[in-house]
Amino acid sequence: MGSHGQGLTPPHSAKPVKARRVLPGFGITMGLTLTYLGIIVLLPLAALILKSAEIGIDGFWQVLSSPRVLASFQLTFTAALIATLINAAYGLLMAWILVRYDFPGKRFVDALVDLPFALPTAVAGVALTTLFAGTGWYGQWLEPAGIQVVYTITGVAIAMAFTSVPFVIRTVQPVLETLDSQIEEASVTLGAYPFTIFRRVILPMIAPAYLTGCALAFARSLGEFGAVIFIAGNLPFKTEIAALLIFIRLEEFDYPAASAIAAVLLALAFIILFATNALQARWLRRREASS
Amino acid sequence: MPAAQAQDAKPAQPVELLNASYDVARELFAAINPVFAAEWQAKNGQKVEIKQSHAGTSAQARAILEGLQADVVTFNQVTDVQILHDRGNLVAADWQKRLPNSASPFYSLPAFLVRKGNPKGIKDWSDLIRSDVKVIFPNPKTSGNARYTYLAAYAYALEKNGGDQAKAQDFVRQLFANVPVFDTGGRGATTTFVERNLGDVLITFESEVNGIRREYGDKGFEVIVPPVSLLAEFPVSVVDKVVDRKGTRAVATAYLEFLYTDKGQEILAGFFNRVHAPAVVAKYKGQFPEVRLVKVEDVFGDWAKVQKEHFASGGILDKVFVNR
Repeated sequence: MGSHGQGLTPPHSAKPVKARRVLPGFGITMGLTLTYLGIIVLLPLAALILKSAEIGIDGFWQVLSSPRVLASFQLTFTAALIATLINAAYGLLMAWILVRYDFPGKRFVDALVDLPFALPTAVAGVALTTLFAGTGWYGQWLEPAGIQVVYTITGVAIAMAFTSVPFVIRTVQPVLETLDSQIEEASVTLGAYPFTIFRRVILPMIAPAYLTGCALAFARSLGEFGAVIFIAGNLPFKTEIAALLIFIRLEEFDYPAASAIAAVLLALAFIILFATNALQARWLRRREASS
Repeated sequence: MPAAQAQDAKPAQPVELLNASYDVARELFAAINPVFAAEWQAKNGQKVEIKQSHAGTSAQARAILEGLQADVVTFNQVTDVQILHDRGNLVAADWQKRLPNSASPFYSLPAFLVRKGNPKGIKDWSDLIRSDVKVIFPNPKTSGNARYTYLAAYAYALEKNGGDQAKAQDFVRQLFANVPVFDTGGRGATTTFVERNLGDVLITFESEVNGIRREYGDKGFEVIVPPVSLLAEFPVSVVDKVVDRKGTRAVATAYLEFLYTDKGQEILAGFFNRVHAPAVVAKYKGQFPEVRLVKVEDVFGDWAKVQKEHFASGGILDKVFVNR
């Protein structure tokens, strides 16, 4: 499957010529690719599944259905959803501004976007906690106003939003860049209002990439650990994320239980990514058929 | 003769030890290591370099089980050394008998740190369950330090209620209900209390409590040692499998024995750890308030039992922790 945005080349080049092979020997390159993927990605995941299989279906179910684990899943999903919604809005806005406007310091802002990827997430967690704590820059204003961020789900969502925002921006940005501004100009001459242009012209074009970015951000948020544990407060049933529960089960030397919780996160992330990919492929096929 | 020469040269080969230890012992061993290294070199003509690795002791034990080549462990929890024997046979079964005081060269106890002037008037464990008091200590599930706090509170409540288990559990439940946030380790809890200004009292080892007071002298924290607390042992052991493979048993053993010497005990006491050497105890008498210490073994049975009844998944800790 092609990477995101690949199929969005203008219609006149829609029928690709049979790709010339730059690397010699399809057999070798494909073999290397699969071997590497197998060793680095598939085997560890298989080991994880095997480990969680040690306790059998009953044990697996017992681990996952315990109220504390369920509560941690609920918190993790809710916070990840909030974070994704925030990023869906702001990520799109930032991508738009970075592509369509020129302003001083644009390169700096563009580089800033990648910072959450480069920074150790634990550092982000400590920094965010320091800012939002009652004694911090933001917290000293928020807390008297009755807005408690640290040690609540709000804090968890903010930490997740921090670590996952580049996904949305970086997937939408290249697609926006390749958009043909002539289509927009044509819409304007046909009398369309800006919002209509956005909704009927731009959004459908960027939708596949946008969706992928949001899905990646959501999957990333589900697994975020470093940034969250500092700001969450880690109260069982209230602000204990699933990833921390995995950590706790490991501290108890309960490997199968830890693997069982991890397997659920893994399966979910995989399903989300797979579904987005499938949806994206269908979208592109429909677009190509209609053009 | 070249062979004899090689043999003579052998002790001069530098040797490297890895000490896997708990979270808040970083500064302590940074102070001990050079002193031991100098002494070892003077005696044996061999250079020794000691590397330190610090994290929660359960995490350290897990790392060693998974292959971390630590020559010695200096932990704050008997069960975390024991598991090295039980799960990986890395440590001999009789490890607690190989060195004095159940292989624990120093000890400490859970104590309190309160804010300047002790505004809430906290003196004893019973004050911690008052509704106007917020208590800070780390998550007992991830911190050995906090497990001692839990056991100390439990032992106090048992004693106060004539051994009534239900009442003791109720006491700890109320204590946990007063904790607004659980950090994953001792240092995290310190940050929460000191930097974030959260809570009225921080519970951690007496050694750490004093260290914080010294570190943040300007904030005027006060140390409260409750009249009764729990003896917290700091067990040490060589990791038999590792030292035998690396050929470092002699130096590793000497390193641990050094902790029992007057010189070692003096450094330990300087970091507010309670020690056994009579001369050092006398010298630092003023630094350690009188406290009656109960032993885990006397109140709860042995550590294996404690582990099973209290800390295992679904145990008493889980019950009071999640039903706060």
